[in-house]
Amino acid sequence: MITADERYYSSLRRNIMAIIITVSLMPLLAMMAIAGYQFHTAYRHKVVDHLAALVERHAVHIDTFLNEKLADISSLAAIKPLEKLQDPQEMENILAMFQEKHRGVFVDLGLVDEQGTQVAYAGPFRLIRAQYRDASWFREAMNQPFTISDVFLGLRGLPHFIVAVRIDKGGHQWVLRSTIDFVAFNRLVEELRVGKTGQAFIINTEGQFQTQPHTKLGLNPKELLRVVRGEHSSKMEIYPSAVEGLNITESFGAVARDPYASGAAYWFEYTVPESQSRFLVFYQSLKGGRWYLFYVQETQDAFHDLYKARALTLGVLALSALGVAFTAWALSQRVVQRIIQVDREKEMMNEQVIEAGKLASIGELAAGIAHEINNPVAIMVEEAGWIQDLLQDMERGESLDVEEVRRSLAQIRTQGARCKEITHKLLSFARRTDPTVQQVQINKLVQEVVALVEQRARYAGVNVRTHLTDNLPWVAMSPSEMQQVLLNLINNALDAMEKTGGTLDITTRYDNGRVIVDVADTGEGIPQANLQRIFDPFFTTKPVGKGTGLGLSICYGIVRKMGGDITVNSAVGVGTTFHIHLPAGDGVVERPF
Amino acid sequence: MNRTVVMLVDDEVPFVDTMTRRLSKRGLEILQAYSGFEALESLAKNQKVDVVVLDVKMPGMDGIETLREIKKAHPLVEVIMLTGHATVETAIEGMRLGAFDYLMKPCDIEELVGKVQEAKEKKARHEDKIMEAKAKAIALRRGD
Repeated sequence: MITADERYYSSLRRNIMAIIITVSLMPLLAMMAIAGYQFHTAYRHKVVDHLAALVERHAVHIDTFLNEKLADISSLAAIKPLEKLQDPQEMENILAMFQEKHRGVFVDLGLVDEQGTQVAYAGPFRLIRAQYRDASWFREAMNQPFTISDVFLGLRGLPHFIVAVRIDKGGHQWVLRSTIDFVAFNRLVEELRVGKTGQAFIINTEGQFQTQPHTKLGLNPKELLRVVRGEHSSKMEIYPSAVEGLNITESFGAVARDPYASGAAYWFEYTVPESQSRFLVFYQSLKGGRWYLFYVQETQDAFHDLYKARALTLGVLALSALGVAFTAWALSQRVVQRIIQVDREKEMMNEQVIEAGKLASIGELAAGIAHEINNPVAIMVEEAGWIQDLLQDMERGESLDVEEVRRSLAQIRTQGARCKEITHKLLSFARRTDPTVQQVQINKLVQEVVALVEQRARYAGVNVRTHLTDNLPWVAMSPSEMQQVLLNLINNALDAMEKTGGTLDITTRYDNGRVIVDVADTGEGIPQANLQRIFDPFFTTKPVGKGTGLGLSICYGIVRKMGGDITVNSAVGVGTTFHIHLPAGDGVVERPF
Repeated sequence: MNRTVVMLVDDEVPFVDTMTRRLSKRGLEILQAYSGFEALESLAKNQKVDVVVLDVKMPGMDGIETLREIKKAHPLVEVIMLTGHATVETAIEGMRLGAFDYLMKPCDIEELVGKVQEAKEKKARHEDKIMEAKAKAIALRRGD
């Protein structure tokens, strides 16, 4: 069974915790979110820029390599007369010189006539008189001044590619060709390796590998090409990696004017549909758009440091949150503990105040009663004196008027009975000052209290009327405390009407599960400004020494404790009505409390 | 000296009756009133009242108000206040307003009679002075 108090305290605890946690964590979260986001974007930029620069540099490098080889062959074709190139010995010499210069990049050297027959050859293979009429590179070479072929297996079954220059001489055409060692070329690209998974490779426009990827790729190069050409089913953003002030191809003016100059690097993020693994992909066209240099790296790997930092941040955040939560819990526990203690003290103070208020009102009552009792006592004294007078007359020899003595004695008896009644009223009130809850018939209680104040009302010129509804259900309460409440309200009403007189109406009624007692006066009324404050302790409009300002606050405390409520309506100059709402019991008790 | 005329004002009828009996026995002429209002009416009719014995606490018009009215309408009439413990302050206030004296209720009958006599004498002296002053004024007017 959880009491309302416990519920209140636990909700208080919850609220304090919630406030502390919110106030502490909100700024932290906001800060972390902002800083995290900034860091995230900045770091991504950094990584992307770095990789883009790397790719661009490599692209330039590769293009330069290719163009260099082409230039070598071109200058050879330009310088050497055709006769010399047809001489095998001369070819051997040239090749030896080339190989010395380039450390074996040039594998062989050959001259092919326009029928596609190799007429001169120097190199490790026996390719003299080899027939190239159907080779695609040959057809290409016949159509343009110089050619760099795709990588192919060729007649030797080894991956290689060919650099070729057309020579026009006397209406006939020759092609001077050299095979470029694939391994040396491949090394150029292989150098580009970053992190665990970053690697580069070159493919041609059909998506065939021109260099060997270093490790197994987790994605299909043809798919990448589709993205590059904007043909991919899922539209992907492709970003130019325009690094401010770092456009390498521009800065190498000579290279940029080359027919095989490379463009700028672009990048996009690619998710492999099957494995859902994400890749950063950079690419740049080479060889005037016939090859693409690709660099791929798993996003996870590329942003490894970022994710590490993020994990660390989240860890710190989680720890802080735990710390804050624990602190909030501990703090709210302590605060609420303190509040509970204070509330208990307040409760005790309240009880003491109520006790004091009881004493005060009993004192007031006693003064009133003493005053009330004074009149019958005075009459008795005078009657006794009158009998004495009569007896003195008798001693002087007059006859005793026995009838007169009898009348006097009867009057004394009458007044004595009056005294007894008054003292009984007081006793009935003072006897039950215990706060034990009983089933109380409210009408009886009202009648008792009204009897107590009758005399005072008479002197104040107030007409007291009661309107009691029969068969009211009983109310669970402490009768003596309820007497307090009624007495306080009635006394206030009489105070309000003391100067002018008036009417005091006390009504009991039943409404919607509640027993209601209305105390209505026709006094001066309460100004609107004071209505909010009348239940505050120590609020009084009476002069110093007349009122404590505790009466109504005591009433309020008592009624709230019974699970009821007090409301008030007042109009200045018309009067005031207090309504005491009490929770009704489940039946009518006939027996008095 | 003619008989002293006393008016008893109290809302308790048995008290007024008994006091009337006892004071009459002691040679005072008694008029009865059961409220302040009644007292004022009867005073207006009877010009011969010397002393009013007035209860402080009465419903309607209380002792102090009644005293004020009496003093306003009949300044020469002396008033003795009867009071319970709780209203001694009121009685003292009454003295400021011109009451002759006050007594605790229930009071000793002889003491009351004594006070009534003193009050009567005071009133008589007062009236004599007024008579003398009037005589002087007449003499002044005649120019002796």
